[in-house]
Amino acid sequence: MTPQARLALKNALRTGVILFVFALIGTAMLAFTHDRTEPTITRGQLAEKRALLGQVLPAKLYDNDLLAAQQSVPPDDLLGTRQASALWLARRGGEFSGVVLEAIAPDGYSGDIAMLIGIDADGNVTGVRVTAHRETPGLGDYIDRAKSAWIDQFAGKSLTNPEPKHWKVAKDGGAFDARAGATITPRAVVKAVKRALDFFALHRATFAAPIRGQAPEK
Amino acid sequence: MMTMNEFRSLFHNGLVKQNTGLVQLLGLCPLLAISNNVINALSLGLATMLVMAASSGAVSGVRHFVPHEIRIPVFVLIIAALVTVVDLLMNAYIHPLYLVLGIFIPLITTNCIVLARVDAFAAKNRPLHSVVDAIAMGLGLTLVLIVLGGMRELAGQGTLLSGIDLVFGADAKQFVLHVLPNYQGFLLAILPPGAFIALGLLIAANNWNKARAEQRARTAIPVPA
Repeated sequence: MTPQARLALKNALRTGVILFVFALIGTAMLAFTHDRTEPTITRGQLAEKRALLGQVLPAKLYDNDLLAAQQSVPPDDLLGTRQASALWLARRGGEFSGVVLEAIAPDGYSGDIAMLIGIDADGNVTGVRVTAHRETPGLGDYIDRAKSAWIDQFAGKSLTNPEPKHWKVAKDGGAFDARAGATITPRAVVKAVKRALDFFALHRATFAAPIRGQAPEK
Repeated sequence: MMTMNEFRSLFHNGLVKQNTGLVQLLGLCPLLAISNNVINALSLGLATMLVMAASSGAVSGVRHFVPHEIRIPVFVLIIAALVTVVDLLMNAYIHPLYLVLGIFIPLITTNCIVLARVDAFAAKNRPLHSVVDAIAMGLGLTLVLIVLGGMRELAGQGTLLSGIDLVFGADAKQFVLHVLPNYQGFLLAILPPGAFIALGLLIAANNWNKARAEQRARTAIPVPA
């Protein structure tokens, strides 16, 4: 090996080791922070979930512990899910009274829009909330209840009110209004709520079955 | 240590002479995206300032150990790690604000002002100077963001400080200023083009101001023939 090659090798090794040490320190710092904040973050998310469930399904509809009545649903096209999702079965006096579904609108303006949809035993929507989205701030993000009350218009709607062909935004001749400048986002949400109602109609019998436990089979 | 003069010149540099938003025109992506109201603008400005100060301090502290040829990867690594730490801490302890800023917190990593300041200043100066420089730069950016956010919010929604409840809790909703009651809204101001137009106006005002100051300086001191 020539002296130049040896020098180059030494130099490369030295910079490599330095880079490695910095990567190590960075990773350690992240692991430490993650470890410290994870319980708080998980707790925050659970509390948030409980509060969210309360927003889509009125508390007077059920007397069971909703979080404990969580079931897993396999990926379903009607729900737009590509992984197993959760649903929460509500009961009052042991009788089936409603369900909260996790659904995804895959065709938002920028990626998936994750939603919680509450439906009562008669198939009426009790509430819809967007739980995660990447829609444009100040434009498509009015589907978020924190930004506007737009999402409230789903409450009380069902597959017969309006009729299926009117489950569209007003611009497409449907019954749901949408703001100018951002129709892709509400269009995706309306479609996803409609599909969730279809899912409910398909599985209502399983939900209402008196035995608890099994998730509805596809 | 640093003298009062150095301190003052660093701040003058960050706020006026090399203001990132108006003069250097760096890091415009978050500037334009999040400046649709005052609260968003202020929150992102402060988060960016925090990351700039922390990464400038860290880089300045290790500047003698980083070989020149791998300085950029190392700086990016430091910035990314610090941003992720800020992201996790905000998620855990100020969750509502975290929800408002969302994607723009991790995006601070890619903000070129942070890397530019780290490479141009912190890599060559002592930690204290670097942190002060980063704070001055961050403050300059935050001020531009607030003015821009104010202009766009006022023109777009007729309010100021809307969304303050997302940061300080529902009780803060009373602080929202409805400057123009029954305002119909002006969508263009909220949309991205509004950001470009408003920023253009700000830059024009800044340049006009500068040109006037130069003019005055020229007429005040007679040039010998």
